[in-house]
Amino acid sequence: MYLDIKYLWLIPALPLLAAGLIAVTRQPHRRFAAALAIGAMAISFILACFAFAGTLGRSSAATSFHETWNFNWFQIGENWFRLGWVLDPLAAVMLVMVTFVSLLIFIYSVGYMAHDENFTRFFCFLSLFAAAMLGVVIANNLLLLFMCWELVGLASYLLIGFWYQKPSAAAAAKKAFITTRIGDVVFFLGILWLYSQAGTLLFYDGGSGCLEQNALNELATRATIAGLAVSTGIGLLIFCGAIGKSGQVPLHVWLPDAMEGPTPVSALIHAATMVAAGVFLVARVYPLMSANGGEVSNWSPGIHVSALTVVAWVGAITAVFAACIAVAQTDIKRILAYSTVSQLGFMMLGLGVGGIAVGMFHLITHAFFKALLFLGAGSVIHGCHEEQDIRRMGGLKKYMPVTFATYAIGMMALSGVPLFFSGFWSKDGILEKAHEWSGSHWPATSSVLGVLFTPFHLGVFAALLTAFYMTRQVCYVFLGNYRANGHASAHAGEAHAGSNEPHESPRVMTWPLIILAAFAILLGFLGTPVWPWFQSYLNGIAPDFEFGRLFEGPVLFTLALSTFIVTAGVMLAWWLYGQKPIQSDEPDPLERIRPEIFGLLRRKFFIDEVYEVTVIRFNAWWARVCDGLDFWFWNGLVHAIGYLVVGLAWIDQVFDQFVINLGFDEGCKGAARGGKLLSRLQNGRVQDYLRVIGVALAVLVLVLIWGCRAS
Amino acid sequence: MLAWTVYISFIGVLVLMLLPAGRARLARIVALLAALIGLGIALAAIFQREPDAGIETITQRAWIPGLGINYFLAVDGISLTLAVLTGVAAVVGILFSWNVEHRVKEFFAFYLALIGGVYGVFLSFDLFLLFVFYELAIIPKYFLIAIWGSTNKEYGAMKLALYSFVGSAMVLIGIVAAYVVSGAKTMNLVELAQYSFPASFQHWAFPLVFVGFAILAGLWPFHTWAPTGHVAAPTAASMLLAGVVMKLGAYGALRVAMTLFPEGLAEWRYAIGLLAVIGIVYGATVALIQKDFKFVIGYSSVSHMGFVLLGLVTINTIGLSGAVLQMFSHGIIAGLLFGVVGRMVYDRTHTRDLPLLEGLGLGRALPFAAGTFAVAGFASMGLPGFSGFAAEFQVLLGAWQAFPTFAVLAGFGILVGIAYTLRVLQKAFFNEAVPSPEAQAHPLPPISVPERLGAVILLGATLIIGIYPNLLLDLIGPSFSSHLFDRLLREGRPF
Repeated sequence: MYLDIKYLWLIPALPLLAAGLIAVTRQPHRRFAAALAIGAMAISFILACFAFAGTLGRSSAATSFHETWNFNWFQIGENWFRLGWVLDPLAAVMLVMVTFVSLLIFIYSVGYMAHDENFTRFFCFLSLFAAAMLGVVIANNLLLLFMCWELVGLASYLLIGFWYQKPSAAAAAKKAFITTRIGDVVFFLGILWLYSQAGTLLFYDGGSGCLEQNALNELATRATIAGLAVSTGIGLLIFCGAIGKSGQVPLHVWLPDAMEGPTPVSALIHAATMVAAGVFLVARVYPLMSANGGEVSNWSPGIHVSALTVVAWVGAITAVFAACIAVAQTDIKRILAYSTVSQLGFMMLGLGVGGIAVGMFHLITHAFFKALLFLGAGSVIHGCHEEQDIRRMGGLKKYMPVTFATYAIGMMALSGVPLFFSGFWSKDGILEKAHEWSGSHWPATSSVLGVLFTPFHLGVFAALLTAFYMTRQVCYVFLGNYRANGHASAHAGEAHAGSNEPHESPRVMTWPLIILAAFAILLGFLGTPVWPWFQSYLNGIAPDFEFGRLFEGPVLFTLALSTFIVTAGVMLAWWLYGQKPIQSDEPDPLERIRPEIFGLLRRKFFIDEVYEVTVIRFNAWWARVCDGLDFWFWNGLVHAIGYLVVGLAWIDQVFDQFVINLGFDEGCKGAARGGKLLSRLQNGRVQDYLRVIGVALAVLVLVLIWGCRAS
Repeated sequence: MLAWTVYISFIGVLVLMLLPAGRARLARIVALLAALIGLGIALAAIFQREPDAGIETITQRAWIPGLGINYFLAVDGISLTLAVLTGVAAVVGILFSWNVEHRVKEFFAFYLALIGGVYGVFLSFDLFLLFVFYELAIIPKYFLIAIWGSTNKEYGAMKLALYSFVGSAMVLIGIVAAYVVSGAKTMNLVELAQYSFPASFQHWAFPLVFVGFAILAGLWPFHTWAPTGHVAAPTAASMLLAGVVMKLGAYGALRVAMTLFPEGLAEWRYAIGLLAVIGIVYGATVALIQKDFKFVIGYSSVSHMGFVLLGLVTINTIGLSGAVLQMFSHGIIAGLLFGVVGRMVYDRTHTRDLPLLEGLGLGRALPFAAGTFAVAGFASMGLPGFSGFAAEFQVLLGAWQAFPTFAVLAGFGILVGIAYTLRVLQKAFFNEAVPSPEAQAHPLPPISVPERLGAVILLGATLIIGIYPNLLLDLIGPSFSSHLFDRLLREGRPF
C-alpha cells in the first residue's frame, strides 16, 4: 500500500491539528492531550512508512525518483508563486526517522513530564515542532521550507524557554532564537537571490524547478563577485542558514545553552531532529551546492571551489572544535550537546566530501543513538533527583541497570566502537570519503600545512576525542561510587523525601530506551561497505551484496584506522578516569596535568565572552546612539524649530502690540472721540434740537440771501 | 454602496451627538454598530468585486465646477484593501475601548469622525476631496489624544497635529502647483496622472508631496511624532494611529506623489529607499532599549512602516503589492500590540514601565494577554504563517531586484526586530517573577469578553492573510495595471 503524493501533506498536518486542538484544551485534560499528540504522531508514522514503501525500488539508474505536487499560493504580476511538496528517497527516510523518533520521545515525555503543571502546553509545543519539522522535510519549495524552518525555530524557542521562570532558560531560549535567526536572515537573502536569478523557488517542477538541470546550468555559468559562480554564492548563503540551525562554528553557541529545556526536548529537537534540519537542507539543495560551472568557479589555480568545499571545512572544524570543548564539561547534558555539535560537523563533512548518502547515513544513525543518549541522560537526571553535574553522580550502574545498559550501547555507537555499532559504519564512511577528498582537493604540493591539516585529519582527531570524552562521561556517571550523598539536592521533591538513593525510571521511560538501543545497533548494518543498501537507496541504484569490498585498500585502511583511534580514545580515558573510583572533591585528572588548557576548554574557548564584548556590546551601544540621536538631535531639531516659531510669534506679537495695535487703537480712539463728539448732537433734548434747527434755518436764510445777491 | 462606509460613520457621529448625556452603554453600541456596518460594507465589496475591474467609480458629482473640483469617489483593489483594514481596525478599536467612561459620547463621536475621514481618503479620486478628508482625519485625532490620552498628552497631541499640518501644507502646495502647472482645470487624479509634468517641476514637486505624506507614515527622520504620539494616545487612538493613520501617509505617497510625478520619483528613489532602510534598522535598534512598553511598539511601527516605503520605491509590481500588503499587515499587527499594551496591561496595572512590569509576573496573572502578545509578537517579527511574512517577503523580493544592498540592510533590520520583540516579551510577560502576596490578594481584573473578541478578530485576520495572502493580493496586484499607474511603472524606473 502506497501513500498517494496528493495526501502527503497529511503527515505534517496531523500533528499540526493535534497542536491546535491541544492549544485550546484546558490544563487539567492531561490524558486527552497526551493521547491526541501520540495518536496523531502514530498515524503520521504509519503514513510515513507507506510513503517510504512507495519509494522503494522506484528509481531508475538515470534519474533519481521524485514525485511532486505543486499548487498556487499567490499571484505576482502575471505569474503564480507556487508551493508544493515532494516525495523522494531523501524525504522518505527523514519522514520515517522523524516520525519514529518523535513518537518514542512523545511516549517517554508522558513519564518525564508527569508532574509538570503545564503538561498539556508541552504536548502542544511538541506537536507543533513535529509538524513544522515534517513540513521542512516534504517542502518542494525553498520558501515553504524556510517557512517551516522558522516554525521549527519558533517551537524550539518555546520549548527551550518552557520553564521560563528559570532566568537561564529564558535567556537560553532568546539566545537560541536570535543566533539561529542570524543564519536565517542570510539564508533568506539567499532565497531572494535565487528567486531573482532562477525565477522560481520550486525544487522540482517537471524540468523547470531550481534544482533541475536547466536552472543549474544557468546558475553555474553566471559569474558573480570574486569569480564565484552564482550557484556557489547562493549555496553559501543558504548554507549560512544550516550553520545557524545545525550549530556549526561560529553560530554553535546557542546549542549547548539550549539544554535548559526539558530533557525530552533536548533529545528530540537539539539532538535528533531539528539540528539535523541544517544537514537536511544542505542535502536538499545539494545539486545547487555541487553545481560547478567549470571555468568561472576557479578561485585560484588548482583549487576547485564549490560551496561544498566550504561545507566540508566548516564541518571538519566544527567537529574538532566542539569535541575539544566536550572533553572538559561537567554537565551531563552539555557534554552530549557539544558532542551533538561535533557530530553535526561530521555530517556536514560527509556531505561536503562524499555526497548526500554519506552525510545522511550519519544523520539517521546519529538521530537514533543521540536520542537514546539524551533520553538515557534524562533517565539519569530523573533518577538522581534533577542532578545534572556528573561529578555528583557515579556508581549508577548498580541503581539503574536498564539505563546503564542502553546508555552504554549509545555511548559505544557514538564513539564508533567497531563492527557492531551503527556509529562506526556511518562515521567510517565519512572518514573514508574525506581521505579520498583531501587527496584530490587540497593539493599536497601547496604547503606543508596542507599535508598535515586537512578535513580528513581533523575528522580523525575529532573521532579520537569523541571516544575519549564519552568514556570519561560513562566513567563519571555509572562507575565508581555514588557521590551525591551529603549533597542532598535541593530539588528533591516530596516524592523522593527520605531516600536520596538514585532509582530506576518507570517503564514508560525505559522502553523507548530499549527500542532506540536496538536501532542504534541494527541500523549500522544497512550501510556497511559490504551491503550499502542505504547509500544505494538514496542514490537510486540497486544495492548489491559483496563481501570483498571490505578488503579493498582505502576501505580497509579507514576501518583499521578508526578501530585504532577508537581503541586509543577509550583506553586513554579509561586510564585517566576508570582505573580507580573518582572522588567527589578532587579535580579532573586532566586539570591536574594541564590546568590552563583545561580551563580554556571548560570555558568553551571564551566564545560567549568574545561575542558578549563585541557583537552584543556593539549592538547595545548602537541602540543607545540611535536613541540619543532621536532624543537630542531629531527631537532637539524639532524643538528648535518649534521655539523658532514661538520666537517669531513673540516678535509678531510685539509688532502687533506696538505697531499695528497701537495704530489701530489710536485710530479707534480717534473714531470713538469723533463719535462722542457727534453723539453730543443727539442728546434727546428738544430744546437743543430746536436750537440747532433755528441756527440752521438762520444759516440757510443767510446763505440764500448771500446767494441771491451774488447772482 | 462603498460610499456608505463614509456616510455611516458620519451618521454615527450625528446620532452620538444627539444622544442624551449619561447613556454610555448606548453610545458604545451605536459606535460599534456604525463600525460594524462599515466593515460589513467593505467586506461585501470585496466579494462583489471582479478581479480585473480596474478603477470603479462609485459616485461623481460636480462640486466646485469653476475649479474642476468633483465629488468623486471610486475604488480599486488598493483602496478596497485599506478600506477593509479601516473597518477591522474601527471595530476592534471600539471593542478595546469598551471601558472608556470619561465623556463616552464625545469619545466615540471623535472616533467615528476619524474613521469616516479615513474611509474618505481611501475612496477619493479627486485630489481636493482627498485633501479635505485627509484634514478631516487629523483633527479628531488631536482631540482624542489631548482629552483621553495619558502620559504627556497635550505635548503628544500638539506634536502630532503640528507634524501632520506641516505635512498637509507641503501636500497642499504641491497639489495646487500641479493643478496650475497642468493647466487642465481638473482635480481628477486619474486625469492628472496622465499629464506629463515638466521634469524640472517634478524635481521639486515630488519630494514636497511625497515627504508631506510620508511624514505621517513615519519616514525617518520625520518620525519622532510617532513614538510620543502613540504613547500619549488612548488605546483605541493608538491602535488607529498605527493601524490606519500611518497608512494614510503611505497611501497618499503612492496615490498622489508617485502617480503624478514619476520622473521626480525616478530621481529621488534612491534617497527615499535609503531613508526607508535607515528607518527600518534605526527604529528597530531604538526599540531595543526603550523602557516604556508603548515606546517599543511605537518605534517598531517606524521600523515596519519602513518596509512599506521601501516597497513603494522599488516600483516593480511585486514590491508595490508587498508594500500595500504590508500596510494591511502592519495595521492589524500593530493594532493588536497596542491593544494588548494599552488596554489589557496598562488599564489594569497603570504602568508601562518595563522594569516595573517585570516584577508583576504578568505571564501568570494575565495568561490571555501574555499569549496574545506572544503570538502578535511572533507575527510582528515576520514569522511565516502570519501576514507580516508574506508582505515583507514580497517587499524584499522587489527590493532585491531594485536595490540589493538595501534588501540586505533591511534583512538585518528584521534581525534586530526579533531581538527587541523577544526582549519585551520576556521582560513584560515571561519572566521568573511570581505575583506578590498582596497582588494575589487583589488579582487584576480578568480579560473581558470585548477584549478577547477584538484580539481574536485581529489574530484571525493576520493568520488568514498569512496562510493565504492571495485573498488580498488578488485585489492589490491587478490594481497596478490600471492606467492610473501607467506612467509610474513606465517612467518611475530609470532603466
